[in-house]
This record gives sequence, structure tokens and C-alpha cells, in this order.
Amino acid sequence: MADITQLQQIATQVRRDILRMVHGAKSGHPGGSLGCADFLTALYFKVMKHNPDFSMNGKDEDIFFLSNGHISPLFYSVLARSGYFPIQELKTFRMLNSRLQGHPATAEHLPGVRVASGSLGQGLSVAIGAALAKKLNGDKQLVYALMGDGEIQEGQNWEALMFAAHHKVDNIIVTIDYNGQQIDGSTMEVMGIGNDIEAKVKAFGWEILHMNGHDMQNIIDTMSKAKTFVGKGKPIFIIMKTEMGEPIDFMVGSHKWHGIAPSDSDLEKALAQLPSTLEDY
Amino acid sequence: MKKFEVINVKDTRSGFGAGLSELGKKNPNVVALCADLTGSLKMDAFQKEHPERFFQVGIAEANMIGLAAGMAIGDKIPYTGTFANFSTGRVYDQIRQSVAYSNKNVKICASHAGLTLGEDGATHQILEDIGLMKMLPNMTVINPCDYNQTKAATIAIADYEGPVYLRFGRPAVPNFTPENQTFEIGKALLLNEGSDVTIFATGHLVWKSIEAAYLLAEKGISVELINIHTIKPLDKEAVLKSAQKTRAVVTAEEHQMNGGLGDSICQLLALQMPTPVEMVAVNDTFGESGTPDQLMKKYGLDVQDVVAAVERVLARKG
Repeated sequence: MADITQLQQIATQVRRDILRMVHGAKSGHPGGSLGCADFLTALYFKVMKHNPDFSMNGKDEDIFFLSNGHISPLFYSVLARSGYFPIQELKTFRMLNSRLQGHPATAEHLPGVRVASGSLGQGLSVAIGAALAKKLNGDKQLVYALMGDGEIQEGQNWEALMFAAHHKVDNIIVTIDYNGQQIDGSTMEVMGIGNDIEAKVKAFGWEILHMNGHDMQNIIDTMSKAKTFVGKGKPIFIIMKTEMGEPIDFMVGSHKWHGIAPSDSDLEKALAQLPSTLEDY
Repeated sequence: MKKFEVINVKDTRSGFGAGLSELGKKNPNVVALCADLTGSLKMDAFQKEHPERFFQVGIAEANMIGLAAGMAIGDKIPYTGTFANFSTGRVYDQIRQSVAYSNKNVKICASHAGLTLGEDGATHQILEDIGLMKMLPNMTVINPCDYNQTKAATIAIADYEGPVYLRFGRPAVPNFTPENQTFEIGKALLLNEGSDVTIFATGHLVWKSIEAAYLLAEKGISVELINIHTIKPLDKEAVLKSAQKTRAVVTAEEHQMNGGLGDSICQLLALQMPTPVEMVAVNDTFGESGTPDQLMKKYGLDVQDVVAAVERVLARKG
């Protein structure tokens, strides 16, 4: 198990991967990927019990679902760095005949991906279904899911929130990336649903926690606390405050970097702010 | 013309309910989800027998499809139940991404398909569902013709690994296929051998076509009648073999002409064996309120419409 410093180092390398992948593909979504890098690193290197020798059913493992599939560069980097597939394969991101599709998919059998995502608002339902299957199978491990905050504008999420509380699906921990940004602007400008997510989700019957998505110790502590609510009759929802583009100075907090690739000079400037900690692919 | 004995008159949705109940007893991985239509889908028996494997999802079909995909990841075999309209058009992208593209072992079970839903009207009478589903890669599309066939299909699809769309209907119709039949996905059933014309029929139009074939036999026309219960994958060999023999084809279905069984058969024949075809189907219009019989007549899906289509195709065959 990695300690905090090691986790931070991995997260830095993951961020380098993200920037280099999106730059290499000349397309992709760096903003949200960078913002969730600390969280997903913590999840795969500390929080979850999981097996990189991938099995689709994830029996007796914790399993993770990425609903906001556009942050695939992050997902792929973390999977590769956890041993699911060769790190060198990251260079094929978004290219023809690659297993690393623009948005995560199962058709190319990339280890670590259990369902396609990218068309937003669907991952929560799938994750809840997988949690129900774990209960039916007597599997005590948990289901984790990550979704975007803009994504919660999709109505299916509210169906899923209602269902999970009604059916007491208390073996799932869902995290929302509360960065306040979406393609067309801030979530408050585009569709003002963001400032009282806690009240809304709590009213649906979920247990709510808050987390600082850029404080590794806080992530570890909050995830540990979340686990104490497992099996108590309520699904668990973590509101994770992040900054899109963190920590690149010219990207932080701006929706402009939601879905565009850095130029050569952008990449150079960004990587200079992230000294390599492991090894670039 | 062979005579078909009507065993009884029953709705195909009850065949689904009976099949699901029987399946639940022998396969512990089968789970059922329903969007507030348990009685309409005849899922009550399964719900009563296996409450721990039955999930009421409320009026939230999009979530139901996602839940089913997730449960399939955990090796369950989910059967979702709602009306055909809400099983397809309403949740197309959920099916496309979470089920078809992700190739999940989900069985989308859809009742009240087509005009025979009746009085509720066109909002609920989906006539596009076969087309919507057959266009999706990985999706198998099945439309059984009577109670016994629907029951057998419901049981059989559990043994097939992959997404399936199973379509059935509301009204009581003649039940004439064998009880406890073996249902083979993708296998056309030759109901009657004939030499002048082939009718390829699916769903409720199979019995209508049998009645049409009786009338045609009286006129001295020998009908080869084939039940296509699986629209995708289509039994191409059976279609080509019969078309080669009769050189005149009629297709019959309770669906839009665009995207239905006839469309699949025309594509196959145009590419491999150009043959005159006439289609009995709804022609680019919505339905309306009425009794099933009134609607089938008004929209050209009745016995006389099949007879007329055969006469037209025979005239073209020359």
C-alpha cells in the first residue's frame, strides 16, 4: 500500500500521462482528467481491493465505474499504472485500432473497463445494478462510481438516485466531481443545479460526505469514513471539490480546457509544472 | 394446405409470464426488473415466487436499462419488462451504450407492441421497435407468434449470452404452436410447404397468414408459409431457399414497413436473389385508438390484406 507521498507522486505521473496522451491524440478532455487525478489514484492505489488480472464480473473485488467517460485519459493512465495493461499502450490513445477508445468501451476488451460510458448520465444506474448483483451474489466487496457535476443535469441520474435509496443499495460509494465547470461555461451559468447538490441528493435519501479532491490525506480519510456507512441502509454520496485542470496554472478552474488538446508549447509549459516522478511512457 | 389446430386463445404476454416463472425456478441467475407494469407484463408469478430477484424500478425505464447492464456484469441474467414503446424508443441511447455496445447479457422484454395494443392509441402503439433494435450491432431481435412460442422463447434466450430484444403483444390470439417446443434462436419455421408463393410472417401476422393461406388454397394457390420468429439474425438460408423455390414473396408483420422484417428480407433478396416482394406492414403512419381488430383492418394488416398481397405478387411474378 502506497503512503501519501507515493500517492502524490503517482498522481503527478498520471497527470503527465494525461497531458501527453491528449497532446499526442490532438484531442481529448484534459480538464476533468487532471482534476480527478488525485481521487482516482487514491482509489486504485490505496482504497480499493482489486485485481489487475482483470475479470469482467469483479467477483470478490471492489469495482469502479466511470460515468463521465470523457475523462478516459485519467482512467487509462491509472489502469495502466496499476498493471491492467502495458503502460506503453497509453501512446495509442484515440488512434485507429487502439483499445484506448476516445471514451471507455468494452468492445476492444481493454482490461479494467466493464461498460462503455461517455453518453452522460448512464454510469450511476449501471453501478447500482452491479451493486445489486454483488448483494445477490453474497459478495461483500463494494462498488465505486465517479460522475461529473454537469452530468447530473441528465434526468436518468435522478431516477437512479431515487432507486438506490428506495432499495437500500448500501454497498455503493458514488463520488461527484464538483468542479463547477462544463463545456459551455460554469455549471451555474449553464444550468444552475450545482450549489445545492447536497440538499438535493440528501433529500433523495443518500448519506452525504464532502471531500477535498486535491488533498490526498483528506481523500483517504473521507473514503475510510464513507466505508463506515456501508451496510447501514443508505447509498453513499461524496461531493468532491476539485478544480478543472489542477494544478496547471493556465488551466486551473477554466472550462476552456474541458475538451481541447494542449499545443506543443502548452504541453511544454504544463509538463514543466509536473516533474516526472515515475517514468513517462 | 395443412390444417392448424388452435389449442386455445391466449395473449403472448402471458406466455412471457409463464416462461419467466418457469425459468426462475430452474435458473437462479435470472432476475427481473419492471417499470410499474408488473400485471400488464404478467410478471406477477415471478415476483411472488422470487421476491429477492424481482426489482420494481418505478416509472423510470432509462434507469432500468442501466441497472440491468450492471447486474449482467455481476453474472445475473436480467429480464426487463415494460411496454415495447418504453422498452425501445424511450431508452434507445441507454440500450445502445450500456447494453448493445457494451455487449451485456440483458433481455429486453417488450409487451403491447404494435397496433393491437388498441384503445390506448398511437402514443403507446410502437411500430418502429423492430427497426430500432435490429439496427444495433450485437442485438438479437425476436418476435414470437403465439403463447407457446413466446413462452419457449422466453426460456431459450436465457441460454444465449448477449443482448436480446423479445417482442410480444397484448391481445388474446390463437395459440397453435406445440406446447413445450424447443425454441431455436435464428431458425425459421416452415409451417406449410407450397410452390406458388412464400409468405414470411412474424408475430401476430403468422396466424393471419395461416387464415390467408386457407383462403388462397381454395383459389388453387399453393402457399409456402414460414414463421420468422427471429428477425435478427435472419435465417438467410431458409429465406433464400424458399424464395428460389417459389420466386414470389410476401412479408407480413405488425410493424412499419421501414425497418421491419420485410425490410430485412428485401435487403437480402435484392443483394442475393432479386425476387418480387409485396409487404404487409404499416406504411409510414402512426396508429390511433380502436379495438385491435378494427385497427388491423384499417391499417392493412388483416387476412384479406395478406391475400391481396399474394395476388399482387403473383401478378408480378407472371
